[in-house]
Amino acid sequence: MHLKKSTTLLRTLAAAIGLSTALSAVAADPLKVGFVYIGPIGDHGWTYQHEQGRQALIQQFGDKVQTSFVENVPEGADAERVIRNMAKGGYDLVFATSFGYMNPTAKVAKQFPKVTFEHATGYKQDKNLGTYLATSYEGRYVGGYLAAKMTKSKKVGYVASFPIPEVLRDINAIQLALDKYNPGTEIKVVWVNSWFDPGKEADAANALIDQGVDVLFQHTDSPAPIQTAERRGIYAVGYASDMAHFGPKAVLTSIVNNWGPHYIKSTQAVIDGNWKPQDYWGGLAEGTVQLPISDLVPADVKSGAEQIIASIKDGSFHPFTGPILDQAGEVKIPEGAVASNAELAGMNYYVKGITAQLPK
Amino acid sequence: MDLDLLGNILYAMVRCGTPLLLVALGELVCEKSGVLNLGQEGMMLFGAVVGFIAAFVTGSLWLGVLMACLAGMLLASLFAVVALGCQANQVATGLALTIFGVGLSAFVGSAWVGKPLSGFEALAIPLLADLPIIGHMLFNQDLLVYLSFALFLLVAWVLLKSRAGLILQAVGENPDAASAMGLPVLRVRTLAVLFGGAMAGLAGAYLSLAYTPMWAENMTAGRGWIALALVVFASWRVLRVLLGAYLFGLASILHLVAQGIGVSFPANLLAMLPYVATILVLVVLSRNALKTRLYAPVSLGQPWKAGR
Repeated sequence: MHLKKSTTLLRTLAAAIGLSTALSAVAADPLKVGFVYIGPIGDHGWTYQHEQGRQALIQQFGDKVQTSFVENVPEGADAERVIRNMAKGGYDLVFATSFGYMNPTAKVAKQFPKVTFEHATGYKQDKNLGTYLATSYEGRYVGGYLAAKMTKSKKVGYVASFPIPEVLRDINAIQLALDKYNPGTEIKVVWVNSWFDPGKEADAANALIDQGVDVLFQHTDSPAPIQTAERRGIYAVGYASDMAHFGPKAVLTSIVNNWGPHYIKSTQAVIDGNWKPQDYWGGLAEGTVQLPISDLVPADVKSGAEQIIASIKDGSFHPFTGPILDQAGEVKIPEGAVASNAELAGMNYYVKGITAQLPK
Repeated sequence: MDLDLLGNILYAMVRCGTPLLLVALGELVCEKSGVLNLGQEGMMLFGAVVGFIAAFVTGSLWLGVLMACLAGMLLASLFAVVALGCQANQVATGLALTIFGVGLSAFVGSAWVGKPLSGFEALAIPLLADLPIIGHMLFNQDLLVYLSFALFLLVAWVLLKSRAGLILQAVGENPDAASAMGLPVLRVRTLAVLFGGAMAGLAGAYLSLAYTPMWAENMTAGRGWIALALVVFASWRVLRVLLGAYLFGLASILHLVAQGIGVSFPANLLAMLPYVATILVLVVLSRNALKTRLYAPVSLGQPWKAGR
């Protein structure tokens, strides 16, 4: 669809022009923080939560920071131009909030050594480029436990976006919980090849429900799968933001990303001049991942979930504790060992128990 | 494949194809009159957000639908003023309208993001809905889908059988000749553009009130553009527009269902499938170039002014 491409291009172009004119009008005093978003801030999912983080930043620092954002930035060449525009426009700190911004961000970071960059969910670092992510797999594991306890058909569905480590990790975490708490339960995955397309996400949810799935997960950014689950009378687990009000009779819990604390910490570090590139992984313990559990969940199951959450928080349990085998039966993480962050960041396989083939 | 699954696939195909069908029918009428309006995506989004807000505030889904159509017509009338009244370049005006509509809908809708709404529910037609395979597909849909069937028949009848259809085509083929015959060229074109706007608004309402009853920015996700392409690939024939819309819906659904069953495709190929399948079929149907030219409106996209 060339036409579609050219409008998104036009839109980002228009946004970038708007941005640079806004820049020239301000004094150099406050720290300038830019955000690059993959979706609209009104997606009520992934980008919405990043925008909440930006709001928290404004609340914390007031006029000590000056922030702006560009939304709907496609991954690829457009992203590079937007990020470069921010760097050129005198921004001190840029948050690039989607996996596909990794290479553009790394490239621009090299060219602008004085600007600090942080990239969400990626794995490339540099002197002025850090990475950060929310360990949503912890939430997925707990969600997997809830699904294991609530499913009757022993079929759990997953509306997935793209086969990247972040997504595979989360799918695997659910399957591990299913194996442990309701052996023989299988996760069915449908890839929609988009982060945000409510219609398609709903279609995928319907296709899964038609095939007998009775608990639905999603790794896309709109509440459409939740809504579909509610309409069809099955359970669901929300993602990125708290989606309970889209499915009061469906949502068992939502894996909520809370980015505010990290954005505040990084910005403070840049202001103080002691920012260092790091690979920040925030989870349940740090409050970067939150899990509001619904009253739909029976009390005994809920307390079981709370025990798992507590054990993840105090470090006594890690969802990826060996032995973990891939689909071919090869040992990926040996017995007794816990997956390192590097292993998790590069996860490119399905664990044993998932029957579908991984799309290449 | 069992019959239940087939029934479900066909049912989903119609639902998925409906927004495309609505927009494409509107654009078909518009292009038949010789006007190319690339603003479909913007009009759809504006219709979606206005329809959602109206339905949310008043609690009446039908009022939402009506307001969505009016919202689409409002943007279309802007297009008519600039492109028809001032004879501006239609491509540029249409593109501007889309960009405007995307931004405007996001602005208007910002307070309505994340609000849940119970939208149109399926309404089974007694007896007919129990027919094997096609019963679920054709007679167990929501009211807006039934409305799309009726609108298809109406547009087909107007274009193929009615005097109004002949006037529309005369204006699109040769506005000078039509004008010389005493036909009100600009009025016909304006009405066609407004009809296109209403249909795009209706398609938007279908998304925000029936398909996924909510408002989310940019929720059309390019469907307006796909519908525009459908009109061209259907070589401006109304039956093929229907075929193309449902074909696209079918291919979109099929790859989702296939994955659930466990068939694995390369991810990118999969995303291409609906586009490739639709384009291939329609191109094969239109391989007779001469015939295709016969159906293409000759004066498409050219500004026209009386007494030039």
